[in-house]
Amino acid sequence: MKLRMMAIMAIAASALLSGCQGSDDSKRLYVYNWGEYLDESLIGEFERQTGIKIIYETFATNEDMYTKISAGGSNYDVIFPSDYMVEKMIKEGMLEKIDFSGLPNFENVGDRFKNLGYDPGGEYSVPYMYGTLGILYNKTMVDEPVDSWDILWDEKYARQIFMYDSMRDAFAPALIRLGYSINTTDLEELEEAKRSLIAQKPLVQAYVGDMGRDKMIGGEGALSLTYSGDAYLSMLENPDLDYAAPKEGGNVWFDAMAIPKGARNKTGAEAFINFLCDGEVALKNTIYIGYSTVNMKAFEELPESMRESPVYWPSDDVYETCDVFLDLGDFIKEYDRAWTEILVG
Amino acid sequence: MKRSAAYPYLAWLAVFTIIPLILVLYYAFTSVSDGAVKFSPDNFVRAFEPMYLIVMWRSFVLALAATAICFLIGYPAAYILARKVGEKKSTLLFLLLVPMWMNFLLRTYSWLTILERNGIINNALFALGLPKMDLLYTREAVVLGMVYNFLSFMILPIYTALSKIDASLIEAAQDLGAGKMNVFFRVIFPLSLPGVVSGVTMVFLPAITTFVIPNLLGGGKDALIGSLIEQQFLRVGDWRFGSAVSVVIMGLIVIAMSLFYAVDSDEGEGGLF
Repeated sequence: MKLRMMAIMAIAASALLSGCQGSDDSKRLYVYNWGEYLDESLIGEFERQTGIKIIYETFATNEDMYTKISAGGSNYDVIFPSDYMVEKMIKEGMLEKIDFSGLPNFENVGDRFKNLGYDPGGEYSVPYMYGTLGILYNKTMVDEPVDSWDILWDEKYARQIFMYDSMRDAFAPALIRLGYSINTTDLEELEEAKRSLIAQKPLVQAYVGDMGRDKMIGGEGALSLTYSGDAYLSMLENPDLDYAAPKEGGNVWFDAMAIPKGARNKTGAEAFINFLCDGEVALKNTIYIGYSTVNMKAFEELPESMRESPVYWPSDDVYETCDVFLDLGDFIKEYDRAWTEILVG
Repeated sequence: MKRSAAYPYLAWLAVFTIIPLILVLYYAFTSVSDGAVKFSPDNFVRAFEPMYLIVMWRSFVLALAATAICFLIGYPAAYILARKVGEKKSTLLFLLLVPMWMNFLLRTYSWLTILERNGIINNALFALGLPKMDLLYTREAVVLGMVYNFLSFMILPIYTALSKIDASLIEAAQDLGAGKMNVFFRVIFPLSLPGVVSGVTMVFLPAITTFVIPNLLGGGKDALIGSLIEQQFLRVGDWRFGSAVSVVIMGLIVIAMSLFYAVDSDEGEGGLF
């Protein structure tokens, strides 16, 4: 009796849950983006132009997005994964090929941003925003030139340094200093980088995520491992701050637009991606977000202060020294082990 | 009440507790080799490596410290609260509850402003001509955050237990010549133990598994059990190892709690004589 009752409840519950999904409709578009990563007035503009209604949801990390989509049951049409996540999702067959005949505005995307390592054929993704990994520093606390990762290991700045709490980002400067690739899958190299990060740990005030930005704006530290987009926004709020992309090279990251397998409105998704590649739209968007655009038409319209800023627009020389993060497959577990050892040590 | 009234609860329990627990056990006890899922103890072998034992031990010590401090502050507070009458009592209870209405993250964030280098305390020190101190991103700050966030979970159950004590028992003890100390340690404290037990449980459990407080106030510099599990699920995608660590920590909590309950019930009986 009890069991039968529970079975009925379970069926009722699952019926309720699946009932939430709407019917197939070419007039609806489910978009899944990072928080604060779109000038939301553009949603209305797109809806007016096309008559397609956008249902907009946001996520906080690639992994959140990946977990939700791989668990099934979601029905997004456009998603915004970062580089290594695009690669992982392609490998796992989670992305649809994009039909570029529906994307005339794709020609606005700069050539240096096409066919990158994470999507070599450029069939599955369209780049959205990009930036570099570098050092945000406070000019009142650092009076030497900042041009090398070595400064993050300088004892002068003990307890004045912020590092990212995400392991791939934290390992990047250590690996580069040792002359290794940020995508290394060599255990020896990883071990060496680990020892170097353990040696650095007493100098680190904290391993932080987004909070590092507020900390640097508040003058709580001298140096911080920071992505250029965040650095740009911080510098607007505190003029004592400056940004350097170290000469040894670093990481260049991309956030891309892609269509997940099983999308119900693929044509609408392509129309939306095409819309975001429009010069005017991309211009509005990059000014709102503060991250660097990949759209050359938008770039030409930018105010000079942005175009000439090394934070916003890395020179070709700097850009050439940077690598994108690639998906490491199962080797990521070795990074995790090494990272835990750093935090335990 | 009819027994059928319990069915929604049973369904709730099945969907949100039992099934997830079975999934966690399934992930913990299996591993993938050559694309096939197999029963294997590998995840547990890894969870008992020295490095992860240190992580667990550290979480245990920090949670224990927070629980002890909560008890030392919480018991007298509950005692004072229980002895108050009328409007004063409701005002004090209200003051105790109001902070809990605020978002947990927000409350924890506000400690950043108090403890950081250019924060309230350090600015006050500086104004007095004293050197600034590193208060934030220390283990002490983590314990402070736990105490601050979980203190009311200690006070409220003890307060309830104390309020329920029959005043005539205390009067009887006094009539029979017991001094203040005797009344407290042989009558009041033993009778309040059920409250202490739930207070300790309600502080210790969230304290040992929290990952938000160590991340925000500890600067992520100590690997603690909560962040280790978070890392496995959200950043590494190793659900099997994450599940195994969860199972180990659940086991340790069950052992610690049953030891605690055993000691408690011994003392409880002893106190009656």
